[in-house]
Amino acid sequence: MTLLYRNFLFEVLCWRRRASERSRENRVEIFKKDDIIWSMYLIEAPVLFNKEIINKHYLMGLFAPEVSQEAQPGQFIHLRCTEQYDPLLRRPFSIHKVRKDTLEILYKVTGRGTSLLSKKREGERINLLGPLGRGFKINLSFTSEIILIGGGIGVAPLYFLACRLRRFPLTVFIGAKTKEKILGKEDFMNQGLKVKIATEDGSEGFRGLVTDFFFSQFHSSIGAIYACGPVPMLKEISNFSLRHNIFCQVSLEQRMGCGIGVCQGCVIKGKDRYLRVCKEGPVFEAGEIDWSKISLQGR
Amino acid sequence: MGNSPDLGVNLGRIKLRNPVLVASGTFGYGEEYSELIDLNKLGGVITKSITLQPEEGNSPPRLAETPAGLLNAIGLANPGLRAFCERSIPFLEQFDTRIVVSIAGEREDDYLRLSERLNHIKRIDGLEINISCPNIKGGLSFSQDPNKIFSLLKKLKRASEIPLIVKITPEAVSPVEIAQASKEGGAEAISLINTLIGMAIDVEEQKPLLANITGGLSGPAIKPVALRWVWEVSQNVDLPIIGMGGIMNPEDALEFVLAGAEAIAIGTANFVDPWTPLKVIEGIRKYLVRKNIKKFKDLVGKLHNRFSES
Ligand SMILES: Cc1cc2nc3c(=O)[nH]c(=O)nc-3n(C[C@H](O)[C@H](O)[C@H](O)COP(=O)(O)OP(=O)(O)OC[C@H]3O[C@@H](n4cnc5c(N)ncnc54)[C@H](O)[C@@H]3O)c2cc1C
Ligand SMILES: Cc1cc2nc3c(=O)[nH]c(=O)nc-3n(C[C@H](O)[C@H](O)[C@H](O)COP(=O)(O)O)c2cc1C
Ligand code: FES
Repeated sequence: MTLLYRNFLFEVLCWRRRASERSRENRVEIFKKDDIIWSMYLIEAPVLFNKEIINKHYLMGLFAPEVSQEAQPGQFIHLRCTEQYDPLLRRPFSIHKVRKDTLEILYKVTGRGTSLLSKKREGERINLLGPLGRGFKINLSFTSEIILIGGGIGVAPLYFLACRLRRFPLTVFIGAKTKEKILGKEDFMNQGLKVKIATEDGSEGFRGLVTDFFFSQFHSSIGAIYACGPVPMLKEISNFSLRHNIFCQVSLEQRMGCGIGVCQGCVIKGKDRYLRVCKEGPVFEAGEIDWSKISLQGR
Repeated sequence: MGNSPDLGVNLGRIKLRNPVLVASGTFGYGEEYSELIDLNKLGGVITKSITLQPEEGNSPPRLAETPAGLLNAIGLANPGLRAFCERSIPFLEQFDTRIVVSIAGEREDDYLRLSERLNHIKRIDGLEINISCPNIKGGLSFSQDPNKIFSLLKKLKRASEIPLIVKITPEAVSPVEIAQASKEGGAEAISLINTLIGMAIDVEEQKPLLANITGGLSGPAIKPVALRWVWEVSQNVDLPIIGMGGIMNPEDALEFVLAGAEAIAIGTANFVDPWTPLKVIEGIRKYLVRKNIKKFKDLVGKLHNRFSES
């Protein structure tokens, strides 16, 4: 591990109560240190709104007080898109925003599950499991600049993170194919954050990939990078941060079954073992992942 | 109402308070789901198959969704016997439910050593012999030869006093013969069915959706096949059956019971709705009340008297 990393005194906001500290005291000896079970809830959450914000991208608000109050940036919820058995499995979505009793997800319609989700109306209930997974680690003694980089729908978890990091010097890089596909810009700006845009066709901001834009703007006082987006983007950012000894966390995706660590279905290759995206992730440190083994077919 | 029906049922020496278990590999070792449902309410927990040594499992992607089904190629990823004994047994012992431990291996010796080690653990109520894992080398070999399973069971009987359950796959040469050989070898129950082998292809990328190419199919898509085997084996072999394969709700479960299953196990449905096992128990109870049946046992194989083939 890098020196910089070691020097960080992490106040780990997102690592909360262990199950052993909760109701069943007698579990204390059984659980080893590295095993953390979050409080999770299974609820029927009423839809508060569900609106298309740009072509095929929706923002959905759900009433879920327990979940929104305990959720940490980077965690996700596992939703049942239909009561029928086809599509069968739940679908995972990052928590985009939390208010007191509500949470929001930002999602892109890519297939049958998300298409069904986009048809949900206000007042309908959705079976929700969450909050799940391990979120972003936040160091409360950050003094240097923090960078958030979101590619496409990857901005979804970053907004929640940005809200928690507001009192730090923060710059948000957003990448999109075209000007019309830029997500979240106004939201970040309304929080008073510095936003930098890259579009692949140059219709707004930097012309090219958001990674190239960020690398061109890089300076030595950057203290941490958080990123979410397509795998090739995350791979480049991770390698960059490892080369420059900068603390870096990325949020990854994998097809999921249970979503809670049971089925071993959602693994990706870590440095020395498989890691469950739903349990050890979805947020990983750049150095935890064996990037050579990860398929580059990002979305 | 005071006329609560008796849901108890016996699988050989294994006495279940109700007939609903959770299937191996879909419930881990109980820890995660214990946060969502009360394990004390279950008839029993069948744990994820363990092997002597820890297993990493297959390369990802390990899951693919198909119409009303799930393909998995987990490859028996598990922490191994030792970690299981140190961690999972003490965890499960906290609960008042039946513990069935699923074991898997490549050779006869693997199964023997596993059962010898587990024999000392008092709280284990049954060993489920997984001879039907499609995702590992040699996983199916015992399912291809009734003599092999017979001699394996004979040796296991000597190695351990824990009641033995054999988990059978329809990929076996003849599930009925394997079941019969299991009975003769000393098994006290049969689990039917394990997943069916299938595959799915991404036409854009022109490659299989699973890194392993093929995987085990589970979920509602396989229910009719599972039912057929429960029906057929229960008519030909006199052993209690734990029926499974695509059970999503109480009606599905009751179908298995009518076809001849003494107990049923919830698998993939746990991923879809973790409350399924409890909903199924409640649904069965209500059904018995509605049909005025006092004992669950009286429902088992009810179809046989009326529609038997032989
Ligand atoms: C931790 C996590 C957080 C996510 N957060 C968001 C988010 O905030 N917004 C958003 O739009 N999407 C997010 N995704 C991706 C989202 O889950 C998929 O787009 C969705 O499952 C697609 O379902 P579908 O039925 O519409 O597509 P289909 O392509 O029909 O799905 C078929 C199968 O593939 C799986 N699948 C397809 N794409 C993905 C993917 N990219 N990652 C994982 N599994 C996939 C599905 O779950 C399903 O099992 C997230 C994924 C993960 C793992
Ligand atoms: C992800 C997954 C992992 C499984 N792992 C095992 C296993 O380790 N041992 C075993 O005997 N069966 C295993 N199975 C098979 C199930 O126990 C069950 O027999 C099968 O899934 C059919 O039931 P279902 O359709 O209700 O899931 C697994 C199934 C799934 C979906
Ligand atoms: S989805 Fe089951 S272990 Fe991650």
